[in-house]
Amino acid sequence: MVALIVDVLSWALILGGGAFCVIGAVGMLRMPDVFTRMHAAGVVDTAGLGLILIGLMLQAGFTLVMVKLALILVFVLYTSPMSTHALAQSAVSTGVQPLLADGANNQKDKEDEPSKT
Amino acid sequence: MLHALSLGLVLALLWWLMSGYFIPFVLSLGVASVIATVLISRRMDVIDHEGQPLHLSWKIGFYWAWLLKEIFKSAVDVSKVILKRKMPIHPAMVPIKATQRTEMGHVIYANSITLTPGTITVTLENGDMMIHALTREAAEGLLTGDMDRRVTAIEGVGALDRLLAAKAASKGDAP
Repeated sequence: MVALIVDVLSWALILGGGAFCVIGAVGMLRMPDVFTRMHAAGVVDTAGLGLILIGLMLQAGFTLVMVKLALILVFVLYTSPMSTHALAQSAVSTGVQPLLADGANNQKDKEDEPSKT
Repeated sequence: MLHALSLGLVLALLWWLMSGYFIPFVLSLGVASVIATVLISRRMDVIDHEGQPLHLSWKIGFYWAWLLKEIFKSAVDVSKVILKRKMPIHPAMVPIKATQRTEMGHVIYANSITLTPGTITVTLENGDMMIHALTREAAEGLLTGDMDRRVTAIEGVGALDRLLAAKAASKGDAP
């Protein structure tokens, strides 16, 4: 009975994580510029990966495999903001202008104007 | 010395958890490699409060729990934005002043901001940050300064001062 509950819970988490990954991928296609795409990618490597790994940990049970999966999660939580920050900073320092909702630098591609609110 | 001990302990634990071996011969190889790594790091002078942040408050466990909850909440928010037909995004660059006093505190705060979907730290210099926010709600949530206060609470300035003073004293005594 307990095994069944753990199984259902872990599959719900894995499927939920998978859903976040798909949503993040869709977001990367839909977003208008490099910075907004990074936000969509952030959904994948936090919620998507996190839920999948927690689901897999439930599948593994109290073993060394669970510890290794937890370590993967910890390492990704430490490294992914570093790489995102490096990407954002290098984009800014090479002169990529972020598309802003109320900024002056988005007149050149009006048809890509993200928000009509 | 304290930092070197902590590094050795972390390395030994990591080695054992990754391998899972109990055979004495293999264990002794592990011990040898941990000692070698600590000695090399010591020679390279990279064992310090940045690699082994012992000064951080024990409350950082609660901060992690809170942060994971926030990450999940904002991931749901960003997902909703992505799935909406018109994608109601409102990208903005928000300047933020971090109130932490140590570099470690700034890095924890900047990384926490980047880790929550919807906000990215673009630049960080002496506590002055530029944040790219995806939606108006994300920017407003940041400007409340809730996360900033929580990071300041765990940064452990007093403990760091004590550690650095002890290190300076022991260096002064050494020939």
